[in-house]
Amino acid sequence: MNFDLTEERQMLQDTLRRFLRDRYDTETRNKILDSDSGMSSDIWNELAELGVIGALFTEEQGGFGGKGFDIAVVFEELGRAGVVEPVLDTAVLAGGLIADLGTEDQQAHLEDLIGGSLQLAFAHGEPTSRYDLTRVGTTASEKGDDIILNGRKAVVVNAEAADMLVVSARESGEVDDADGISLFLVPKDAKGLSVQGYALLAGGRAAEVTLDDVAVPASARLGEAGKAAAAIEARMAAANVALTAETLGAMETACALTKEYLGTRKQFGRPIGTFQALAHRYSDLLIEMEQARSAVILIAGHLEADRDTRERHVSSTKNLIGRVGRLVGEESIQLHGGIAMTQEYELAHIAKRIVMADHRFGDVDHHLERFIALTAA
Amino acid sequence: MDLSYSDEEIAFRDEVRAFMEEKVTPELREKVRGKGELTKADMEAWHATLNERGWLAPNWPKKFGGAEWNAVQKHIFEEEAAAASAPRIVPFGLGMLAPVLQNFGSKEQNDYWLPRILNGDDWWCQGYSEPGAGSDLASLKTTAVKNDAGTHYIVNGQKTWTTLGQHANMIFCLVRTDKDVKQQEGISFLLIDMETPGIEVRPIILLDGTPEVNEVFFNDVEVPVENLVGEENKGWTYAKFLLTHERTNIAGVGFSQAGLTSVKRLARAEMAGGKPLIENPHFAARVAQVEIDLMAMSTTNMRIVSKAAAGQAPGVESSMLKVKGTIIRQEINDLARRAAGVYAMPFASEAVEGSNEVLPDPLDAGPVAAKYFNNRKLSIFGGSNEIQRGIIAKVTMGS
Repeated sequence: MNFDLTEERQMLQDTLRRFLRDRYDTETRNKILDSDSGMSSDIWNELAELGVIGALFTEEQGGFGGKGFDIAVVFEELGRAGVVEPVLDTAVLAGGLIADLGTEDQQAHLEDLIGGSLQLAFAHGEPTSRYDLTRVGTTASEKGDDIILNGRKAVVVNAEAADMLVVSARESGEVDDADGISLFLVPKDAKGLSVQGYALLAGGRAAEVTLDDVAVPASARLGEAGKAAAAIEARMAAANVALTAETLGAMETACALTKEYLGTRKQFGRPIGTFQALAHRYSDLLIEMEQARSAVILIAGHLEADRDTRERHVSSTKNLIGRVGRLVGEESIQLHGGIAMTQEYELAHIAKRIVMADHRFGDVDHHLERFIALTAA
Repeated sequence: MDLSYSDEEIAFRDEVRAFMEEKVTPELREKVRGKGELTKADMEAWHATLNERGWLAPNWPKKFGGAEWNAVQKHIFEEEAAAASAPRIVPFGLGMLAPVLQNFGSKEQNDYWLPRILNGDDWWCQGYSEPGAGSDLASLKTTAVKNDAGTHYIVNGQKTWTTLGQHANMIFCLVRTDKDVKQQEGISFLLIDMETPGIEVRPIILLDGTPEVNEVFFNDVEVPVENLVGEENKGWTYAKFLLTHERTNIAGVGFSQAGLTSVKRLARAEMAGGKPLIENPHFAARVAQVEIDLMAMSTTNMRIVSKAAAGQAPGVESSMLKVKGTIIRQEINDLARRAAGVYAMPFASEAVEGSNEVLPDPLDAGPVAAKYFNNRKLSIFGGSNEIQRGIIAKVTMGS
């Protein structure tokens, strides 16, 4: 066993950490949060130039990574700095689906994506699907040479900025059947597609996407008709590697800020960290952080494993990170006191990133139930 | 032992319920539930409505124009108000300052300030915490020095976490009038007009985007000596008295009950696996666990309240209620956030109301995640839960 990063990944981690430390401080980030677009195109282009997007794809796909540990290294650093730019949605989710399933023509988009000039979003969840990956009520029906899409997609992150959406729709079967789901590459300006955008509590933007008789050619289909469920599940596994690693990075920042504050804030004539009631709770955070780090190693290290092994680790890690995340988010605020309640203090944003991560790709309860089902089999 | 309300208490409850039904408009209710901003005018109008009925000052003795309710009546009122999503009574003048004036203020001060509080002529805020004096309140550094003529105090320093200070025209402050004695013995209680030259109020934006609290700066602010409450250097005694009043509704039973009802409503609307979330055994267990805790805590609250009604001052129990009450409220906020699923993610907040963005809210959940974050303050303010635990241990162990 060897838990060291490869030399390439170590370099990527160092470069990215240095870049974000220099270019993505609290003030800069809070300005981005306040902006209409909720993201910085300058930062996006610089991240692309650093190879952050390329690291998320394999060499055949035009990148230089694409494995679980590549994703984890990148996202831990993004999380550490509280980055709100939609790397996960554009690259890991939508871009990843194109890479996994696309024809040669479709794969051509990856070059623009890796270069930083293409924005994407994955329009999958619906108002009543909660965290079910196979509950798709949006329909796709053939009409002449075209395919007509109808339905509504919920909280589609990055939909406004996206040039194209990867949309899931049902070609056959019942609303919760795994069979019958297809994916389509739909230009954002397609007739009948409307996007109602809004800011997200933890930064970035999302939208409700309505598809009203949106016509796309059959060549817009990504992968085989009705067979997308397995690919979606596999992509969600990669997305969960990204999200849990991002949360780990954010938690490291939360703990570092807490440590610093406990050492410098004085009440009753001494640093508050010298009060055992607080010191022990800080120690508990560090203990749980080791659990979290191991869990992220487990999910990243099993991303290329067989389906059942991979999914077992997806659910175990997402559950554990969700639990530790709530603890670290709440306790780091409490150990600080009032200062952590203010928007301008770094922890406020970081704590929101940590806690709100539980609302994407399945929460603590969802993955606990899923882990039970996967391990009972 | 009798766990039920008496006939009189039931009659009173029905009277309050009917009042709430009539007076809490749907528009007001929506705002209280977090969909829209409760304006200063809304809060003042609600005070006027209560004042008209003689219910604005439940704590005050009748001789000052209060309702002089007993503890059970106050409890019933708070429960019904929370259940009806009525605005809460802004406590700074009515619940905090007034009891101090009534117990320690001069006749002139009571005659002047109390009617103005009832009539809504003044909006008070609290000047206690400072950047360096939070949990350790007695270390406060804002100074008040008498001028040579002896007519005014000159106040210099900074207060922080001043809730709704942006609406206030008056602030009651703890200031240091003697630096050479034990910290607690050099503090005085001053009433300060916010219009006085030298005062600056700066908003602090909280992590959910709300401009709820402020910093207040004092630079050579002249305060007439008549505005000293009680004796100079006795302010700490008054402050401690006030803190017990601040804690009378600290358990927040009404808020928790209303919150739990709304979690259940949310979980009936949200679908999980093709069924309402409330039918999911895992989520249902979480809700049940909190409900069981709340039932017991509500009874603890009643026990302590009844004791207070019989004239015994609550001691360490109010610290216990603060800790348990805030844990339960925060747990309920957490459940609401979980229940909303992906729809907890949009930045729904009172603060973004008025922008052009229409937020998706298919569950009619309101800003559940913003509320979850905002209410992290519950275990921090009014004496953090760590301070309360310290008090409980210190008092009960007699150390």
